[in-house]
Amino acid sequence: MQEGENWNAFEVFHQEKRGAHHEHVGCVHAPNAQMALIFAKEQFGRRKKCVNLWVVRSADILAFDAEDEDMFANNGEKTYRDASGFKVMEKINKFKKEAK
Amino acid sequence: MINTTAISNLLTAMADDALIQGHRNSEWTGLGPIMEEDIAFSSMAQDKIGHAWALYKIKQEELNGSDPDQFAFLRNEKEYKCCHFVEHPNGEYDFSLMRHFLFDHAEAIRYEQLQQSSFQPLQPLAKKLKGEIKYHTLHANAWVSQLCRAGEESHARMQSALNTCFPLALGLFEPTPSEEELIAEKVYPGEKALREMWLDRIHNILTVAALNLPDENTTEPVYGGRNGYHTIYLQPLLEEMGAVFRTDPAATW
Repeated sequence: MQEGENWNAFEVFHQEKRGAHHEHVGCVHAPNAQMALIFAKEQFGRRKKCVNLWVVRSADILAFDAEDEDMFANNGEKTYRDASGFKVMEKINKFKKEAK
Repeated sequence: MINTTAISNLLTAMADDALIQGHRNSEWTGLGPIMEEDIAFSSMAQDKIGHAWALYKIKQEELNGSDPDQFAFLRNEKEYKCCHFVEHPNGEYDFSLMRHFLFDHAEAIRYEQLQQSSFQPLQPLAKKLKGEIKYHTLHANAWVSQLCRAGEESHARMQSALNTCFPLALGLFEPTPSEEELIAEKVYPGEKALREMWLDRIHNILTVAALNLPDENTTEPVYGGRNGYHTIYLQPLLEEMGAVFRTDPAATW
């Protein structure tokens, strides 16, 4: 199977219920987006709950190069950016108590 | 009072068509043109066998019929009511796809009508299968349209498959003697009416795909299946399909 003119890879995104995020579940090969969606339905939507699927041509996804990974390297040190760094439970509990 | 023998015959014909078509399509498992299609086609073949089972089950529960597995696997060839269309070997993928297209649109129309059947047990089944059959026809339409745009050879092969399939496909609508009664009792609208609806629907899709539907007035339909007259292909299929079951018909699976 040759990638390109006749066959392309498509990334498949699965939605479990209405309003939920579509989550990436894998890919299919297909001649076009319509066929990709049709293949994806049996490939990724035939078991368990599914209400919708998206397909996107893999080539249409823009990504960083692997060598640009260094841009993210210092994230581990910047704990002040973690939501978990904020101590708010005390304030929430106090508010709840007052609201009663 | 509805004629239960007539209903029973109708259910058997529908179920046997689905069973044999499902079995034929399942023969593509592992041999499909690409993995994605192999999975989709196999999955739909399973659905067809599920449709057959559901109809045999209605016969058992509502019409004093026998156990669905026994009925599906242990009858003599003459007792099957499937049309010749579904009995033919798979041949090339163009034939199988065209058969899938023609069969599934016929099935879709039949179940749409059965949603209003006066034979109550058919109503919930028809509603339950609606989404499944919608996918089957969507899949078939996509392939027909794709292959008809894929160059001269591809288009010619699809046209040739259509020409081969068409007289056989008309056999899906073989009239039966007790049909008038079922029409009068509003069990279903009858084979002739279904056939007209089917022709309208496939005509539109085939026109977009630039395929010529052969003239129904000059095509001799291939009948016989509903009365137990079958092609030479059915007996070997039945032997293979029931081989495991017959090793121990009393076994629980």
